[in-house]
Amino acid sequence: MIRLTVKTYSYWFLLPAFLIYFVFYLLPTVLSLFFSMTRWTLTDWDFIGFDNYRTFFSETSLNIGFRNTLIYAVVTCVFKVVLGLFLGAYLSSRVPFKNYLRSVVFFPTLLSTIAVGIAFSMMMHPSQGIINTSLAAIGITGPDWLGNTKIALLSVAFVDVWKGVGIATVIYIAGISAISPEYYEALKIDGGSARNAFWNITVPLSRPAMNSVIILSFIGGLRSFDLIWAMTKGGPGFTTDLIASIIYKQYQAGFYGLATAGNVILFIGVSLLAFPLYKYLARSEVHL
Amino acid sequence: MSASTSTSVSGAMSASESGRFSAGAKRWAVGAVSLLLSTVIFWIPFYFVLINSVKNKTDAADMSMAWPSSFHIVDNYVSVLQASDYMLLEAFRNSLLLTILSIGLLIAVSSLAGFVLQRREGGRGSSFLNFLVLAGLMIPPAIVPTIWVLDLLKLFKTLAGITLIEAALHFPFAAILYKAFSATLPREIDESALIDGCGGVRLFYSIVFPLLKPVTSTIIVLESINVFNDFVNPLYFFPGAGNATVQLTLYNFMSQFTTSWNLLFADIVLISLPMLILFIFFNKRIVSGMTAGAVKG
Repeated sequence: MIRLTVKTYSYWFLLPAFLIYFVFYLLPTVLSLFFSMTRWTLTDWDFIGFDNYRTFFSETSLNIGFRNTLIYAVVTCVFKVVLGLFLGAYLSSRVPFKNYLRSVVFFPTLLSTIAVGIAFSMMMHPSQGIINTSLAAIGITGPDWLGNTKIALLSVAFVDVWKGVGIATVIYIAGISAISPEYYEALKIDGGSARNAFWNITVPLSRPAMNSVIILSFIGGLRSFDLIWAMTKGGPGFTTDLIASIIYKQYQAGFYGLATAGNVILFIGVSLLAFPLYKYLARSEVHL
Repeated sequence: MSASTSTSVSGAMSASESGRFSAGAKRWAVGAVSLLLSTVIFWIPFYFVLINSVKNKTDAADMSMAWPSSFHIVDNYVSVLQASDYMLLEAFRNSLLLTILSIGLLIAVSSLAGFVLQRREGGRGSSFLNFLVLAGLMIPPAIVPTIWVLDLLKLFKTLAGITLIEAALHFPFAAILYKAFSATLPREIDESALIDGCGGVRLFYSIVFPLLKPVTSTIIVLESINVFNDFVNPLYFFPGAGNATVQLTLYNFMSQFTTSWNLLFADIVLISLPMLILFIFFNKRIVSGMTAGAVKG
């Protein structure tokens, strides 16, 4: 039977998939380790060792991306995890207009990031945008959301949350629906309140869903590029530049080796942060 | 145990009968508030884009939500379609072709791979292959080396090249979904097919693949959204004037129409339509697919 299994589920069947995956993803990833140490014109290269990395770490315009990327990933991740949890729990209970509300929260996920970015940059216009004109109507002077160096990054992160919270909510809804109703019944008998039910049953038992949301949104945040590019292009100055937008700028300027070094730094960063987080979350899940 | 719990729960519920009316009223109050909030947070941006896409240039420049002084539905949408020599139509063709081709290729290769990875689980080499697939979910692609490889294969700036890229980059997610679903198909099916004289290839295509249909349709819907809305990969791997996809067109119009917000908004509406239509038809499928993919359990 073993021989039969080997023949029936031959590894040759993996060939088409892995050939495409190898040539267009794995191979370039491995090559990037070499090309990140070159001065590169696509047709010709000089090996220069770690010079690209040194440049990356010593120039403020390049390494500002580390801090920004981390802030952006943490902020978007925390908001999606927390808002998604409350929305998911709320939309899992007996609520009027439940199906309608679920669809509405999920809706922005369908839109292209570029379209969302353009629409929100208009709504965030400092004097004419509807956010600030609405605030002015109730007597508040709104800030220049995308022009103020202190808050521009957070403004873009807010739009990211607006667009992405629907996915988090749907994942939580699935996780919560998998919780056995017996726990809630037992709590009711013991006289627990709705608040108890949420904190002592829903939150701990939706941990697998929460872990998926954490990992997905954290990695998504670290790799984020299109929204920042549509809304600020890294400005004002370099204050909203993320590693991914710096890579694009270096690529546009023809510094291919430097862009590739940025890529290697990004994927080492993602691996160093995401793999241990993944391991830690998997270990700390509640086992029943 | 569970039977006794449920009887005592219904007992407890009738005891709190008196508190029911106020609880119901409270629920409706919260419902009304959430309806209001969802309208402000999620519908106003849509209304804003839609209403400004039918205004004239000066009205749209106000960036307000005011009702248009005159409607320019046909003018605006026709000028967007005609802009830069009907570039948007070309872009729609490219985007639709790219979406159909890359999803077709993705399903063809990843269904077979996911099935075999599941059946060979625990075998020699399989944990390494699984690691390679998982890594692809986390590690961002190396961009310039990918361009170099594409160029070497004479595929840079071609529809075939970007199709292969999209298939390669979405392979890990699709393979993991297929793998998880294959685990629910009993091996007895495989065995009886083998006894009836099926080879591995026929087993897969005539028996297993039809059974994988729920995942296949989930992947079609989810990945269509991802590929059609993709901006980054076409930006890097499919540049050039004749190669625009709808997302790139929108991005290029952003500089071209800086003084004509109405046209920019009309473009946003046009390129959002295909996915909204998909959503109306496959709403349930999208949500079940999201959950199947995300909660691996």
